[in-house]
Amino acid sequence: MRNEMTLEFTSISENESLARVSVAAFISQLNPTMEELTDIKTVVSEAVTNAIIHGYEDKTDEKVTLTCAIDGEEIELIIQDRGQGIDNIDLAKEPLYTSKPEWERSGMGFTIMENFMDQVDITSEPGIGTTIRMTKQLTSARALCN
Amino acid sequence: MSLQVNFVVRENVLLVRLNGELDHHEANQLREAWQEQLQKPAVDHVIVNLEKLSFMDSSGLGVMLGRYKEVQAKGNEMVICSISPEVRRLFDMSGMFKIMKLMDNESSALEMLGVASCEMK
Repeated sequence: MRNEMTLEFTSISENESLARVSVAAFISQLNPTMEELTDIKTVVSEAVTNAIIHGYEDKTDEKVTLTCAIDGEEIELIIQDRGQGIDNIDLAKEPLYTSKPEWERSGMGFTIMENFMDQVDITSEPGIGTTIRMTKQLTSARALCN
Repeated sequence: MSLQVNFVVRENVLLVRLNGELDHHEANQLREAWQEQLQKPAVDHVIVNLEKLSFMDSSGLGVMLGRYKEVQAKGNEMVICSISPEVRRLFDMSGMFKIMKLMDNESSALEMLGVASCEMK
């Protein structure tokens, strides 16, 4: 059975922790390991931070939409903004690349998402916005039950 | 959960103890406070104690890298200590320990930088 929740919040940095905590609470019913929980919290943080600082360039009156779904032991996360979009997705995904070096960004956001999740799909159009869809299969719960 | 930061100067070393969660929101405030501490004439080297840091994302890596560059530019050292396995994964992924030193705990980090480790505050 698929179970889903959607959260929409204002594009301010205070809401990064709200996004992490909400997703962590929602997926706790799957009994994830500490490592899995940390992975999920980290990628939520990365994607929401990207939406706020890159998508909306720190405009504080926009909205970020976060959907989290669980189906069996698979977790799906969708983070969407209606901001400026990404010009060159391949470049944005390169480790250590950042479009904002003056903001002291590490350029590791997408690398972390791709490392911690099974699949990461980025859909983006300049002027329209960016949607990041990520999935991860939890393996631990089954192993622990047996 | 927010971030608490504790700065202590021991001889010529600035100890930065982080407690809580370090994300983009907290990173901005941490950077400002940390840069202010680095202005102190007594401060040469930096030890970052991550024992109580329960969460960090790539924004935290950005702050660490930024301070490392400032400290290194003056010919001084920045040492990370007491890192948890969760936070360490991010450091490893970005190759941070190819440039920064990692120690098990604060006292061994202090010792490495030539500060007597007794009477810990």
